[in-house]
Amino acid sequence: MRELRYREALREAMLEEMERDDRVFLMGEEVGHYQGAYKVSEGLLDKFGERRVIDTPIAEAGFAGVGIGAAMVGLRPIIEFMTWNFSFVAFDQIISNAAKVHQMSAGEIDVPIVFRGPNGAAKQVGSQHSHSAAPFYTHIPGLYVVQPSTPRDAKGLLKSAIRSNNPVVFLEGETLYGVQGEVPDEGVEELIPIGESRLARPGADCTIVTWGRPYYTVLAAAERLAAEGIECEVIDPRTLRPLDTTLMVQSVKKTNRCVVVHEHWPYGGPGAEIVDRLQREAFDYLDAPLERVTGLDVPMPYALNLEDKVLPTEDRVIDAVKRVSYSK
Amino acid sequence: MGVLVPNKDDLLRQYRTMMVIRRFEEEAARHYAKGNIGGFLHLYIGQEAIAVAAAEVLEDRDYIFQTYRDHGIALARGMSVNAAMAELFGKDTGCSRGLGGSMHFFDVQRGFLGGWAIVGGHLALAAGTAFKSKYAGEDRVTICFFGDGSTNIGGFHEAMSLAGLWKLPVVFVCENNQYAMGTPLERTSPLKDLSIKAKGYGMVGDRLEGHDVEVVQEHIAEAVARARSGEGPTFIEIQTYRFRGHSMSDPAKYRSRTELEQRKQQDPVVLVRERLIGLGVDEHALDDIDIEIDEEIDAAVRFADESPPAREDVMMNTVLAPEGGS
Repeated sequence: MRELRYREALREAMLEEMERDDRVFLMGEEVGHYQGAYKVSEGLLDKFGERRVIDTPIAEAGFAGVGIGAAMVGLRPIIEFMTWNFSFVAFDQIISNAAKVHQMSAGEIDVPIVFRGPNGAAKQVGSQHSHSAAPFYTHIPGLYVVQPSTPRDAKGLLKSAIRSNNPVVFLEGETLYGVQGEVPDEGVEELIPIGESRLARPGADCTIVTWGRPYYTVLAAAERLAAEGIECEVIDPRTLRPLDTTLMVQSVKKTNRCVVVHEHWPYGGPGAEIVDRLQREAFDYLDAPLERVTGLDVPMPYALNLEDKVLPTEDRVIDAVKRVSYSK
Repeated sequence: MGVLVPNKDDLLRQYRTMMVIRRFEEEAARHYAKGNIGGFLHLYIGQEAIAVAAAEVLEDRDYIFQTYRDHGIALARGMSVNAAMAELFGKDTGCSRGLGGSMHFFDVQRGFLGGWAIVGGHLALAAGTAFKSKYAGEDRVTICFFGDGSTNIGGFHEAMSLAGLWKLPVVFVCENNQYAMGTPLERTSPLKDLSIKAKGYGMVGDRLEGHDVEVVQEHIAEAVARARSGEGPTFIEIQTYRFRGHSMSDPAKYRSRTELEQRKQQDPVVLVRERLIGLGVDEHALDDIDIEIDEEIDAAVRFADESPPAREDVMMNTVLAPEGGS
């Protein structure tokens, strides 16, 4: 295995899939000549030309809709939102069109499309640019929602998303683009299936379910807890819809306690869904209430000291694990 | 534009299709009142010349999008009255197997890619199928219908912007029936002539009255030819009028009886009938066509009524497409 950055892993996934299938194209703001607002698509224009790497005006509803229409008749578009915050002006296209037409047409029309881009808070970008978008999209039947935490998952899941025959909401971590991690060597193709969770760290004392940016907060917290003798088992769902609870349930049956850590707001969403499933699927095994460590229930402030309060921290994770472990 | 030379056989065929749409919808209205049809039912009565003209012009391989007022174009494109009526009745034999309803007719085999029910939401999809034609080098034109009410919403602007920018092979047809639901055009737009909007998107604009099926064909044919030859999209405003309310729940109290009666003087179906008689077609022959259509529609109602209900397994199995094969 070699080490790649998260953004490079994503780029490789697109490059390989575009080489493999002429129906795949990339469309979005600044994806071509500018080389990508976050440089994920760097070099793709040179390689594939303007037919397949298509710069758009600032018109998310328009180009999301163009992608959906193109997918309805056989192309396999990758639609890049410069950030998921801007997807909200294309919400109707994703919700009313991409997610619905397969059923409205009694299964006659497929929509093989990937909507991708950076998601979640970055650093001090304020209220309108810090949304963690998973809850909006996980609510919708007819969509897949994928949120990879590591470079390896980013590549393998994006390749699967591009090959999927359904619309995929692909949430990349805005702060994770520079993260380095192991990715299979060149020429070794790895397709990570949509809808399969992953054991990220084994441990016998407490289960932690987490994904996205807090994944790294949790791993750091788990090391600190290990130094105090509490071994956490960390499960990354990787796909938030459909949700695979197999590993989580197995883990909770072993540890008898669980903390769910996510960046999005606490009201509803995949965090609440996981807690609901676990209390039903592992009720008899729980020795403590399920806890959640979440983004605070406020719009994201600008000031750094406040932003640090809003996002899940190692200390909050450690406190929660100790609470469910009844340990000081 | 050439001088109109009416062809009797073409006109007879068009008369027949227009009458099928008219009678289908009149019967649908009756069954809505009886409770056999639920939800919303938006009738196309009065606008039939436009759908029939478009269907005459388009090739089988072309793509069509329409709003929720979609029975007319579906039938004009060749959907069977049985599949259409059964869909309204919510039956498994319907064109969308009872999962779509009146507002979401689909007939993919005939290139009819749907009735769409969010105003302005389907225009970008039409730009998308046109984008695919260009991307794949296919000779397929997309035609997209929408109402005057769509021309104020953002979806219109973004789709028109991209289609104009990329010179996509698409024809945008605004069926201006004068009312955005219950609000007349003079209260929704500062423009009397909507076709001038085309200029803002770098595309050709056109404007015409929509009651004469032959005139409508000429204009749509010109726009389709432009799209086919790679010269880009056209925005056509076709002035028309619906004789019924916005939907079945709308008694249309916002317009006067006089206005309605005046507009009915330009009934597109009557116009074709009179033109055929003028061309020497025996009135009794037209009556025979009408009777035949009545029987077809009656049979469609029986078919819909006797068809099995929509299926739960189909509902559950069509949330997501099967994976594999890509």
